[in-house]
Amino acid sequence: MSALEPLALSASQVAQEVNAGSLKAHDVAAAYARRVENLHRELNTHIEWDKEAVLNEVDKQLAYIEAARYAQKSLPLAGVPIAIKDNIMVDSQTVSCGSQLLRNHRAAYDATVIQKLKAAGALLFGRTNMDEFAMGSSCENSSYGPTINPWNRRHVAGGSSGGSAAAVAARLTPLALGSDTGGSVRQPASFCGVVGLKPTYGRVSRYGLIAYGSSLDQIGTFATSVQDTALLYEVIAGHDPADSTSARIAAPQGSLASTSSLKGKRIAIIKEFMSEGLDEDVRTHFDQALDVYRAAGATVETVSLPHLLHCIPVYYIIATAEASSNLARFDGIRYGVRSQKPGLSLRELYTQSRSEGFGREVKQRIMLGTYVLSSGYYDAYYAKANRIREMIRREIQGVFEQGFDLIASPTSPTTAFELGQKTQDSLAMYLSDIYTLAANLAGIPALSQPIGLCRKGLPIGMQLMAPAFGEETLLRSAQVYEQQINGTEKFRPRI
Amino acid sequence: MSSKSTEQKSSDHGFNSILSRFEPVIGLEVHCQLKTESKLFCGCKTNFGAMANQNTCPVCLGLPGVLPVLNHEAVEYAIRMALAVGAIIRERSVFARKQYFYPDLPKGYQLTQYDLPYCENGSLTLDNGRKITIQRIHMEEDAGKNIHGDNASYVDLNRAGIPLLEIVSAPEIKSPAEAADYLKKLRAIARYLDISDGNLEEGSFRCDANVSLRPVGSKTLGTRTEIKNLNSFRNVEKAITYEILRQADVLESGDKVKQVTLQFDAAIGRTLVMRSKEDSPDYRYFPDPDLGALLINEARVQNVRANILELPEQKVQRFQDTFSIPEADARQLTEEKELAAFFEDVVQKVDGAVAPKIVANWMLSEYLREFNARQWHFDKPFVSSERFARLLKLLGEGTISGKIAKAVFEDMAASGSDPDSIIEAKGLVQISDSAAIKAVVDQVIAAHPEQVAQYLSGKQKVYGFLVGQVMKISAGRFNPNLLNECLKEALHGKS
Repeated sequence: MSALEPLALSASQVAQEVNAGSLKAHDVAAAYARRVENLHRELNTHIEWDKEAVLNEVDKQLAYIEAARYAQKSLPLAGVPIAIKDNIMVDSQTVSCGSQLLRNHRAAYDATVIQKLKAAGALLFGRTNMDEFAMGSSCENSSYGPTINPWNRRHVAGGSSGGSAAAVAARLTPLALGSDTGGSVRQPASFCGVVGLKPTYGRVSRYGLIAYGSSLDQIGTFATSVQDTALLYEVIAGHDPADSTSARIAAPQGSLASTSSLKGKRIAIIKEFMSEGLDEDVRTHFDQALDVYRAAGATVETVSLPHLLHCIPVYYIIATAEASSNLARFDGIRYGVRSQKPGLSLRELYTQSRSEGFGREVKQRIMLGTYVLSSGYYDAYYAKANRIREMIRREIQGVFEQGFDLIASPTSPTTAFELGQKTQDSLAMYLSDIYTLAANLAGIPALSQPIGLCRKGLPIGMQLMAPAFGEETLLRSAQVYEQQINGTEKFRPRI
Repeated sequence: MSSKSTEQKSSDHGFNSILSRFEPVIGLEVHCQLKTESKLFCGCKTNFGAMANQNTCPVCLGLPGVLPVLNHEAVEYAIRMALAVGAIIRERSVFARKQYFYPDLPKGYQLTQYDLPYCENGSLTLDNGRKITIQRIHMEEDAGKNIHGDNASYVDLNRAGIPLLEIVSAPEIKSPAEAADYLKKLRAIARYLDISDGNLEEGSFRCDANVSLRPVGSKTLGTRTEIKNLNSFRNVEKAITYEILRQADVLESGDKVKQVTLQFDAAIGRTLVMRSKEDSPDYRYFPDPDLGALLINEARVQNVRANILELPEQKVQRFQDTFSIPEADARQLTEEKELAAFFEDVVQKVDGAVAPKIVANWMLSEYLREFNARQWHFDKPFVSSERFARLLKLLGEGTISGKIAKAVFEDMAASGSDPDSIIEAKGLVQISDSAAIKAVVDQVIAAHPEQVAQYLSGKQKVYGFLVGQVMKISAGRFNPNLLNECLKEALHGKS
């Protein structure tokens, strides 16, 4: 037994110790596997957990890590477990996207981010639960049942990357990957009290991520601290020739140069976000967090961004239009589940397979997306939504051009709601993403960090947005905040 | 529609009589397969005849999570075609998704250019001097192929993702013959540009024809029908002719032509309805968010222009100017790029021993006859340019007569030998020994006193008979000029 307790270490510390030889990657894997084994059922964080299979795969990686150590090559994520959202390809592993339709689908290749994680020495630690095809804000749309919030079993973990958020919050893994189309990393991060980062659109390759809304999707990170977030972000970011939308900018390094001051930083808060629908408790904690930022030297001013009020309809038109197209390939012909009903014609086979395989929310969004793209409605909906998207993008751009470094808001207007509370009311559910959508529509990076607990004891998150490729600003500012509040240890649920 | 009356009218007389009452308006959509090394959006090979699904990867199989990356070799080829038909190249063009369900369509949509194609407004001049507008050319990917048999259906996706150019003419073509000429010209250009093998049998050059009729003198267009997937010049002519007759029948019986999509059954020589306008699908085109716009700047166009090869029209002119051959010969010789190249090669190798006009005559008669009879291909020449030139050189130098040369050529084609060894083996060297010729001439004159008398009395025709007799004895080896000299001398010596 190693003298160090792996579960007590951050991802950065694990990598450091493993690289130094003072901690065995094997022991890290064993410790985390035990914890997942004990807790995953209770929280339903994983779509499938086969300890043996995971550890077998980890064994291969252990050999690689050992070899690197002998070669005195330092691996940024040496021996660090990481859980992967179930919509990212890991070669020859099942990837179900939380759907019955893909319950038997094995990935034929590694996503670019997975290749990078493997090369960085990370240990792939299971596939996490999610809203089906990343459509949802509570993780209740998973065909494998909802993920439970580790802070309170009656509450949702948030969505769609709820499994990853809950797994990191409950310390089943120090790191996890999610995907964020309209807030699917930041909102569950906020609900679970961890740090969630959605990088700039094009910063992280989408190759191997099952697409939901292609122009909005971005793979994002979960970690318990800003430092670990930066570590993971730097491993997965960078240009990928296999992704035409990937930015031709070199991979970032040293995002977290040590700094403890935010002197001269200007933070904008959005007037329109601070009124209706915002929970008082959330508002109070947000105001206190701003005070912490002020104390670190930043100035805070209110700006008006009226077009942001259109984010929800614009998002649901664009995302569902793209989704209706992206999900067309799931037709039961080449892979996925095919209806076994006898005597079906080709057309009936498509209809029946998709009827059986897709859940209610997915069907609803495919229908909506098909409608907004259909001839006669395209201009009224899809084309118009794109024009408004451009206005939103410019409005946000304008804030940064005025000299603001960051835009701050609560991540979600409320803390985690109760299971079942919003499942019958799509609009109420959609509203929980109101603050996160803008970053996806504008393609800019955004980060959610925990800033407190509400009266019910559930975490509250604050969102920071920066200009495109301004991840460094996000990470450094968030880290200063973290230092000011003496770390994130208080955001560890008792579980 | 009465098919019987259509058959009766399909005689030339009936067709011409219809053309005196109706004016056909024909537009062609040509699909030209680009012979790039790899597919349009991935690195898979494009070779014909590979095992089913051998040339596939996650991208062209449309597996979940994959992304397309545009092949810039295909873009270069596309620019060449645009330049060759004098079209305008758009600086910014867009790939759209054309959505429909079919088993051979892996993604559930085809990537094609829609409202913003890369190329517009070119033209092509027919043999009869008429200029046909090319409205647009766009790039798109091919779909796969369904194979039906033994009570099951299979999908072969080798073709899926193969780059195609769709070349759309304005409805300015006026007859089936013009349609075939347009197609031949377009194919020759594609082959000259080295961007397509233009192989109709293998489907790398396919055509859809839009046909409508209007009363002669009318300015309004009639209802059009579309005939899909015509794969030979002959079928294009036959299908359009049939469709003109059919529509004329409909119109003359007082009915209206219905807007339908047809296929041409070459076996029975008729068009058959595939679908009507009512059940034509809504493709829900929208810009592909995974690709972004295609930007083609002027520098790139200039670069392609600088490297563009000689086109058929230019070659026809140059052949006339350089080789002093008639336009008709030049046209025939340039129909196939390889034939023209072979001709130039031979002209160079005979090195002035015979005039280019003689080379042209030999190419267009002897050479093409053997070539066609033996169904040879240019990539495997049945007679090398060296040997062909050597033969013509021997002819020019008087070593063999024209008649012998033809016999030797046939032998070369059949046996694959070189002309010198054939001539030597068969003792075919021309005899230019005046004494030897005179001896035979005297012998023939002595043997045919009657014919000699006829000749001397003014019957010129008999001269040929006497030449023939001399040649027969010499087995065709006497130098014809010397033979003439000797025979005339001998005959006139008698007078």
